[in-house]
Amino acid sequence: MVTRIHQNMEVRDAKMQARDVSVYYESKRAIDNVSIDIPNKLVTAFIGPSGCGKSTFLRTLNRMNDTIPSARVDGEITLDGENIYSPKIDVVQLRARVGMVFQKPNPFPKSIYENVAYGPRIHGFAEKKDDMDAVVEHSLKRAGLWEEVKDRLSDSGTALSGGQQQRLCIARAIAVDPEVILMDEPCSALDPIATAKIEELINDLADNYAIVIVTHSMQQAARVSQRTAFFHLGQMVEYGPTSDIFTNPLETRTKDYITGRYG
Amino acid sequence: MTITTLLLLAVGLALAGWLAARARAWSFQKADGARRLAARPQYHAWFVALWIILPVLLFIGLWSVISPQLVTQSVLASPAGQALPDFDLERTKLLNEARAVAEGSAIGVFNEGARPLIEPYRDALSRYQFIGLALTVIIALLAGMQAFLRLKPDFAARTKVEKIVMSVLILASLVAILTTLGIVVSLVFETFRFFEKISPIDFLFGTEWGPDPIASADNPDPSRYGAIPLFWGTIYIGAIIAMIVAIPLGLMSAIYLTQYASPKWRSWLKPTLEILAGVPTVVYGYFAALTVAPFIRDIARAAGVENASSESALAAGLVMGVMIIPFVSSMADDSIAAVPQSMRDGSLAMGATTSETIRRVLVPAALPGIVAGIMLAISRAIGETMIVVMAAGAAANLTANPLETMTTVTYQIVALLTGEGSFDHPATLAAFALGFVLFLVTLGLNFIALRVVKRFREAYE
Repeated sequence: MVTRIHQNMEVRDAKMQARDVSVYYESKRAIDNVSIDIPNKLVTAFIGPSGCGKSTFLRTLNRMNDTIPSARVDGEITLDGENIYSPKIDVVQLRARVGMVFQKPNPFPKSIYENVAYGPRIHGFAEKKDDMDAVVEHSLKRAGLWEEVKDRLSDSGTALSGGQQQRLCIARAIAVDPEVILMDEPCSALDPIATAKIEELINDLADNYAIVIVTHSMQQAARVSQRTAFFHLGQMVEYGPTSDIFTNPLETRTKDYITGRYG
Repeated sequence: MTITTLLLLAVGLALAGWLAARARAWSFQKADGARRLAARPQYHAWFVALWIILPVLLFIGLWSVISPQLVTQSVLASPAGQALPDFDLERTKLLNEARAVAEGSAIGVFNEGARPLIEPYRDALSRYQFIGLALTVIIALLAGMQAFLRLKPDFAARTKVEKIVMSVLILASLVAILTTLGIVVSLVFETFRFFEKISPIDFLFGTEWGPDPIASADNPDPSRYGAIPLFWGTIYIGAIIAMIVAIPLGLMSAIYLTQYASPKWRSWLKPTLEILAGVPTVVYGYFAALTVAPFIRDIARAAGVENASSESALAAGLVMGVMIIPFVSSMADDSIAAVPQSMRDGSLAMGATTSETIRRVLVPAALPGIVAGIMLAISRAIGETMIVVMAAGAAANLTANPLETMTTVTYQIVALLTGEGSFDHPATLAAFALGFVLFLVTLGLNFIALRVVKRFREAYE
């Protein structure tokens, strides 16, 4: 099965490239020969029914699958041309460059300040208190949370509302100044208002970062992304500009999915 | 006719109630097949059975306490009883002999004075046995009837049974609490008797320990009842040396087991580690006395400590530390494993290494469980006796040198209670005072630990 790639895509420099990537859990193949270019400073959405492998594939991009002992990745994934699965790569450095936001907001049970300062602290970005304050403020501002929390930075991060927690997690990811941000269904646990705020934030962030978002909601993919890849049964069926995927899909499976015939 | 028979009778009556109630519920069903009962027939049955067995059990419990006294009283009221000597000990002896014969557990009496008491005893016993039996049946019938009469097709027997079950569970938990209270009260009582003879100031702040059970009980030498060396020994061995061994080893093994070990290796290692907790402390005592203590002595001698003895606080503390590793590690293991995977993922995705994740996220979040495990371990170590007896010696030395012999509170309690002093001698009563203070110390430690945890814990929900 070969992925249908829309040929009218505007050429962009690829931040990340996957070539013939397959992922196995023990002997079960979860991802089958996926090749894709992730463009810089755009939002790429992965859509598809549950269990299609889109989250698994997302997690290969910052090697979070390493934490699952039975998972094995074949093929090549590069970040700025460098194979991230090469033995020379330091996973810790990689994850600092490719940040991740999870489905369920998972702030650490620390203060709001300490949540954001966590990454800079372990990577030694800001040694002095003033520098750290600046990093925290900047990150919270970028995440659109500063105005809401600036007077209670020492409160626990877990005391925030769900939407605020998710923005805190985004601030935490931004604080280490990554180049790519992976988002695994970041709004699935949030109400519509909080979702709208996150989507707006994703739009803003795309000015500076390459963003990859996994989503169940096709409307969300249509709203926030410029590129969309449709996954089904571990394969990437179709990849192209979001507008084309939704108005003019090449594959019947894609069309069936986006018109709500299954999934 | 004994308590056992009464219990069997109670079970039998409850069973009868159960069957009757179920039959009644079935008859409801048969009478009006279209309507559903509010509860299944089994619940009607259980409702009645519980209503029978619980009051009866309560009565049997009370009766087993009251009836022997009633029997004794009626014997004393008999002519033969009136003729008994007034002196307490003699009287009790005669009564006991007569009772043993009357109950059939002894063939005859040694003391002729007890003979006339046997008949009144027999009478009283059989009378009160009959009363007990009759009351049991009456209570069972009354309770059973009132429960049975409440049965109706729309009677919510299921929720009622649920309530009864809940109150039984509450009672069960009260037993543990009441027992603790009882222990404290009994300790307090004896402790006050001790403090009437030795002032608490001398006891708590004196630095010489050497109670003399032979000395006169009426004016003991308060300077020999200073408990400081004992408490120091207890804390030094149990809370300092043992913890220096147990906390790092226990925590590190818990971290290895939860974060690094493969599932297969973990399934082997964890039970093996927990076997340590099952080894009897006497066996640890051997190990400490025969292997570790001589080894430490030899090393100390080789290092130039001339008078190193073969009993040392260090040996006892080290072995005790090993003994309590499972307490620390198993609680830490459980609480680290209970931290949600999303916390770990969140930290790893920020580019933290596994050990940074453990230090900065997992351990702070698991802190309450870790501290609870450590407190449990300290309580265990402080209360431990056998290892100290075998490896640390009996001399109450107030020193910081771990190579010296040292003794602990628990060891001294055993020594005092099994010693030669009579029961109201201060040297014996001191055991209760020691136990009471030890109890307060452990309670205080737990209290402080709870406060510390509350202050520093990072709750993840």
